[in-house]
Amino acid sequence: MATLTKASRRDFLKIAGTTAGGLFIGFNWMSCDSPKMEVLSNEEVLANAQKFNAYLSIAPSGDVVIYSPNPELGQNIKTSFPMVVAEELDADWSRVRVIQANLDTDQYERQLTGGSGAMPHSWERLRKAGATAKYLLVAAAAKKWEVSADELSTSEGIIYHKASGKKIGYGEVANDAALLTAPEEVTLKDKKDFKIIGTPVKNVENAAIFTGEPLFGLDFYREGMLHAMIQRAPFGMKIKSIDDAAARNVAGVKDVVTFENSVAVVGTSTWPLMKAKKLLKVEYEADGKVESSADHDEIFKDLLANGKAEVKREDGNVNSAFKNAAQVVTAEYQCPFLSHSPMEPMNFFAHVQADKVELIGPTQTPESARRAAAEVTGIAPENISVEITRLGGGFGRRLRADYVAEAVHVSKMMNAPVKLTWSREDDLTGGAYRPAVRYRFDASLDADGNMTGYKLRGVGMNAGNSTREHNFPSGAVENLLIENVNYNSSITTNAWRAPITNFLAYAEQSFLDEVALAAGKDPIAFRLELMEKAKANPVGGELRYDVDRMIGVTKTAAEKSNWGKNPNVKQGFSVYFSHRTYVAQVADIEMENGTPTLKKIHVVTDCGMVVNPTGADHQVRGGVVDGMGHAMYGNLTFEGGLPTQTNFDKYRLIRMKEVPAVDTYYVDSGFDPTGLGEPCLPPTGGAIANAIFSATQRRLRSQPFIEQKEFTDLNLGIKRA
Amino acid sequence: MAIINLKINGKAHSVDVEEDTPLLWVLRDHLGLVGTKYSCGVAQCGACTVHRNGEAMFSCITPAASLTEDEITTIEGLSENGDHPVQKAWAEVDVAQCGYCQAGQIMNASAFLAKNQTPSMEEIDEAMNRNICRCGTYHKIREAVAMAAKSK
Repeated sequence: MATLTKASRRDFLKIAGTTAGGLFIGFNWMSCDSPKMEVLSNEEVLANAQKFNAYLSIAPSGDVVIYSPNPELGQNIKTSFPMVVAEELDADWSRVRVIQANLDTDQYERQLTGGSGAMPHSWERLRKAGATAKYLLVAAAAKKWEVSADELSTSEGIIYHKASGKKIGYGEVANDAALLTAPEEVTLKDKKDFKIIGTPVKNVENAAIFTGEPLFGLDFYREGMLHAMIQRAPFGMKIKSIDDAAARNVAGVKDVVTFENSVAVVGTSTWPLMKAKKLLKVEYEADGKVESSADHDEIFKDLLANGKAEVKREDGNVNSAFKNAAQVVTAEYQCPFLSHSPMEPMNFFAHVQADKVELIGPTQTPESARRAAAEVTGIAPENISVEITRLGGGFGRRLRADYVAEAVHVSKMMNAPVKLTWSREDDLTGGAYRPAVRYRFDASLDADGNMTGYKLRGVGMNAGNSTREHNFPSGAVENLLIENVNYNSSITTNAWRAPITNFLAYAEQSFLDEVALAAGKDPIAFRLELMEKAKANPVGGELRYDVDRMIGVTKTAAEKSNWGKNPNVKQGFSVYFSHRTYVAQVADIEMENGTPTLKKIHVVTDCGMVVNPTGADHQVRGGVVDGMGHAMYGNLTFEGGLPTQTNFDKYRLIRMKEVPAVDTYYVDSGFDPTGLGEPCLPPTGGAIANAIFSATQRRLRSQPFIEQKEFTDLNLGIKRA
Repeated sequence: MAIINLKINGKAHSVDVEEDTPLLWVLRDHLGLVGTKYSCGVAQCGACTVHRNGEAMFSCITPAASLTEDEITTIEGLSENGDHPVQKAWAEVDVAQCGYCQAGQIMNASAFLAKNQTPSMEEIDEAMNRNICRCGTYHKIREAVAMAAKSK
């Protein structure tokens, strides 16, 4: 055992979690255009640094430390937030180090990753943080040189006095500047003067990621900690009896403890626990509805026809519109439950002590993690610390703190620091899923093909409101009725990337294609007619979406995709507004060796100003790949309260060979930036389904496509154009 | 429990573990080499990919005890300074979103390119199809593999 490195490993997050500056250590090939710098640890830099505000400290060395408060799960916030601060500071980006802030409700608001809301919420705060510090630094230099601050200019961390030719680095005036009083108001830059925002800045953690440094919650290790894994009850069931004798006999297992409806095996490393868990003999009995997907299909049909619906929006008189219709179009669309399945399974470290709790791990909402620990232990929230690791994906799953509460339970019962790990099977079976939903749409058309009435009824399994009643086409149709029925399922559901709209957009945009076809109109022209109507005379008064921006992305998508111009390319269109962002997509299918082949998806996005073009492209393409993968393959079915698909052999995720080309375009509408983590996903399924219809006359009304009889013999090819 | 002798990243290691322990958990829990990731545990996603005598291998299903004669390379040992051509290409293309799968992607790509130095795009797609990226960075992975192939 002499060569074990474990004993020499330190509490890694103290090191690795704070070494974004490690970007420059030993990786000169990545920063060849940056000046050589003396390499200091973040601790060394911070020891002498002046803290200007919650986001920003500057050291005499000129090193700038920017704190990023929101959890990073791949949306690139840990790079884009600091870019905004550095922009207004006029910092030298090569001297910026980024540190993930711990939960700190005194200093930060909305320390959360979800709803694509971080950037719109923080845009002005971040700019002010940088601008205020710059103001103080300039004021300090002006005082030192006995000149007016108006005579000074700044660039890349240096203050210049043109008249005298003097210059001084931020670090050299940081101590003086920190003594000055911060102004109440500060002037922000004109957007046209931005030098960092709008440029492709690389992920600040690239080097650590590509060399396998411990960054993620699952990588966390502390000397003396115990490992735990948990056996959970099927949905709608409770524990009847437990036989843990065989599990306890596995070498490396220290204890088996039970709390609520869970049985935890605790030991000194992970593998013995995986084995022990399989040896647990836990009998369950019904404690509510024990559900299966076959029952759900019946429930959907029943509730669509007979369910007591809540009216979400009603304009005009749909009954008379449908009575007087020249033509009526009706269709139903259904989607299954889905698992979030981030690549890093759920895990968390908890150390419960007499009067405090230490939490470390991957969470989209550290405040919920703290709340969960407070509930389990009764310890006051101010005595519970939360350190946020990098998240190996989230997709909404880590907005729930169930796994944090579990780690806290086990730590409390064992009176020891504990790292809880979920297996992939735990992740798929103990999930909190994208709810299954079924929609019925009805549209009435007059003799000229105008949509005079529109009805949508959604039924969701624990979906809450399965509609977005004020979104398009509301405002564009005189007579409209939107209703929702929620079924109380025992299966836990949760926000899943672009909640509700991840399927509603597909269903609605497919249905609008069906209506356009019935009306004898081009799918884009048909939608533009509706948008123009909403613009000229919005039904129901004020619109909740900006119809000009929707028209903007729609027209740009038609232009960029060469819509309808090439008879050999069969196209499908889709447009959707969600999370403050407007996205239009066109899918291209060409016949190749007699089979339809999906070659390209054109994406036009209006997210206001693009902060980081590389990061934006990532979110756009990632959203499209995610939307396509789940529309094509994603399926979680239940039998006896348990998912049938328990690992990636059965629960199919999209792979390299199944991804077409994705071309990205951005409409510069002049607005402040909005989020991109979610809004590019919703339109994708509809664009593909509409292209498939255009190419094959087959309408896909349910997901996943591969399970539909209309799809199975299509042999749809996928090939990058 | 059994003493297992392994050669990892050019160094000899000796661990005392149950004989059926997969290499993945020896790396992560006993040697502190956590760059190799756990995600599915059933050889479906490739997050746990390491090199066994230069060939890509799923470490999650391979007992460490079966590897005592082999040269194992993990992401930590792929290059001295993180400057393997594949790592450089990954940084240049800025491949990662969440980053969790990328060590496995890099290990698969580097083993593939060692065998095929002038791959076609189709061959790249075929080789990289064994690794899942839940964030959907496939376009950039493909671009980075092609770039690394050219840079050799």
